[in-house]
Formats: sequence, structure tokens, C-alpha cells
Amino acid sequence: MLQTNLEHIESKERLKELIENNEKVAVCCGRMGPMCIPVYDIFEILQGNYPDIQFRDMDFDIPAAAMIKDLPECRGFWGLPFTIYYRNGKIVKATSSIQTAKQVKSVIDEVFA
Amino acid sequence: MQKFDVIIIGAGPAGLAAAIYTSRAALSTLVIDESSAGGQVKTTHQVANYPGFVEPIAGHELAANMRKQSEKYSTKFKLAADITALRLRDQEKWVELDEGDKYTAKFVIIATGSSPRLLNIPGEQEYKGSGVSYCATCDAEFYKDRDIFVIGGGNSAMEESLLLLQFVKSITVIHQFDELQAEKITADKVTMNPKVNILWSHEPRAFYKKGNKMVVEAENLKTNKRIRLERDGIFIFVGLVPNSAFLKNTLIQLTKHGYIITGPQMETNIRGVYAAGDIRDKKHRQITIAVGDGTIAALVLCPQNKVC
Repeated sequence: MLQTNLEHIESKERLKELIENNEKVAVCCGRMGPMCIPVYDIFEILQGNYPDIQFRDMDFDIPAAAMIKDLPECRGFWGLPFTIYYRNGKIVKATSSIQTAKQVKSVIDEVFA
Repeated sequence: MQKFDVIIIGAGPAGLAAAIYTSRAALSTLVIDESSAGGQVKTTHQVANYPGFVEPIAGHELAANMRKQSEKYSTKFKLAADITALRLRDQEKWVELDEGDKYTAKFVIIATGSSPRLLNIPGEQEYKGSGVSYCATCDAEFYKDRDIFVIGGGNSAMEESLLLLQFVKSITVIHQFDELQAEKITADKVTMNPKVNILWSHEPRAFYKKGNKMVVEAENLKTNKRIRLERDGIFIFVGLVPNSAFLKNTLIQLTKHGYIITGPQMETNIRGVYAAGDIRDKKHRQITIAVGDGTIAALVLCPQNKVC
């Protein structure tokens, strides 16, 4: 169970619905670990700055997380969290392990501009 | 341009403790951090030695409480913000952020702490999260029954190795010295484990990927001879570095390692600029000490400002 102030995705259906109905979606899939917490926090801060982007998190250990773990884009990812950026329902970027605010903002500028 | 009484750079325990005190003293206070609030505490699994908590408290929870407490007294925050320009020498100091806004204050407290040291060698950034890791708690299970490298021989390297040993098939420790720097009791637990071998007096020079394997090119520091070894992953624990790079053109006096030199009142060599927490040159680095530093810096400001 993630203890963050982000909206959690708890089912495959919810993730599917979210990416189908929103142009820009960012999902951080991880645990309450040292590499994941900073990324959730950065998402929480940035959601105020980027109201057009849907920032969410997802517990890595729930069955629905298979939708992220099994992505071809995540093949070879061996570090939490897995962070996926969707635009118009398609994956436009996937990152593994901790990211700084600067790196997250850079990805956002790159894929959601 | 927005004016505050105090700008605190860094939102770890030192910065947040200072903010609680300055805000309670009715000094308008802005806290700036390039990340979120909490510093290294927010990434600490459990904190068991912070007074007032009978049971260990999750680091992220303690950090969140500190932030909420300072917000309660009207501290303002600019988080996930990079400093693009900084002037500390004048009586009115100013900070410019990446979003273009500029903030001024008579007093600045620097509490930017320290971060895990990177090796800064080819392949390190490229393979972060896909063969290179900095966190056993987070990533150990990806390496279940696999062979890995651990880079480093200090306390954190050995403590993390103990956790990794519960998962992996073998660990090859690569260490630059002839002996481990970690506390003997922890080091012995690692070295006596049959799954561990140590490559002494070697330093990694580059990481490569070969199929699914990670390759470390390591240099023997005595012979300068390089070797290449393959394993499934690399965990790096090589200490901390002060977050002081942004101060390089400010005339703040730093040690050769980049820590800020302060006096007993946390004052730096620049009038009106203070430093608190792990960024200071000092012997011990603990959450409680950081909180004490931040408190002292804040209390020193109050009489100068004639508010409290």
C-alpha cells in the first residue's frame, strides 16, 4: 500500500481507462522505498505546475502492476520505480530507478510539449 | 521579485527545523529545494534514534511531519526548483529559480545536505536501473540467485551487502583499499560469508553491457593494470558528497571536500549567510544534529532582525 498524496491506480481497468481518456498521463510504479519516494514526491509537486498531465502512482506488488512490469519498454528494467509516460494512449517514455526533479521535468518537456 | 526575511536553501531536517523557528518568530520564510522536502530522511526506511518516537518512524513520515509543522507557521515552499543564479555578498541577498522568479532576503541559511556519491564513469548513468543500482532495499530481489558486484568498502556498502546476501548467489566487492573501512562487526559478517569475495585495491573505470551481463572494467591501483569482469548487476555505495556545487561563485568558504566552514553560531564567512546540517564541515552527521544546527542558525537571526 503506497502512502502518498497521489491518486493510486489499483486496477488494470482504471489504468486502461485513464490512458484512454487522457492525453497526458504519467504513472510511477514502485514501493515505499528510498528510490521511489522522491519520484512520488516530485510527481506530487509537479501536478500543481502541469494541470494538463495526470500524475498517478501504482503499487509494484499488486496484480494490476503486471500491466507495467510486462511492458516491452520495461524489459531490462532492474531498478524501482518504473515510470511510464503515456500520450494519447501510447507509451512515449519509460524510465527506471530514481529520477531527480530536473530529470522528470526534462522528460515532461520532451514528451508532453 | 518577492521579498522574504529569510531564505532557506534545502528542505531537509536542518532547513525545516530552521524554518519552524524563523516562521514562529514571524520572520517571513521561504524554503527552496531542488527536490521535495525531507532530504535524506525521506529516503530512510526507519528512523529509530530520533527522540520522541518510542517506536521507529518511517523516514518519509518524519519528513512529512516536519514540513507540515513548518507550513502550519506559514513557511512558504518552492520545491522541485533549481537555482539558476544566486548572490549572497550584498546586504540584500537574492536567488533566481529556473521558472524565472527572483526572491530576496536579508538572511540566507544554506542547508542543502549531501547526496550519495556517484562514480561518474562511463556507463554509470546509462545503465542506472538496468544493471546499476544504488539501493539494496529497492532492487535486491531483481538479482535473486544472481552474481553481482558491490562497489565500496564503507559502512553503507557492507550494510547493504548484508541485505543483498539474502537474495544473491554471490557478491564480488570491489574496493580501492587493502582493507574495508566499515565497522569491524559489520565487515566481518560480510567477509566471512562464503558467497563473498573481494577485489582489493581496484577501482571501476567503466561499465559496459554484454548481452544480459554487466561488465566492470577495473583498474588495479598498484599496478595500473585493467581487468574486465562480468556479473549480473552492480550496486554502488561509495559514500556521500556535499551538495555545494551551486555555491562555487559565491565566495562562501568551503573545505577542499566542498563542505561549508562555519563558526559556532552557524555563521559563514559572508555576513547574513548561515549554514546548517550535513553541508557543514563537522565530524558527526545525524538528523538530531542537523535539527540542532538549523535551530541555532534560526535563533541567531531573530535578535538581528529585532522581531523576536
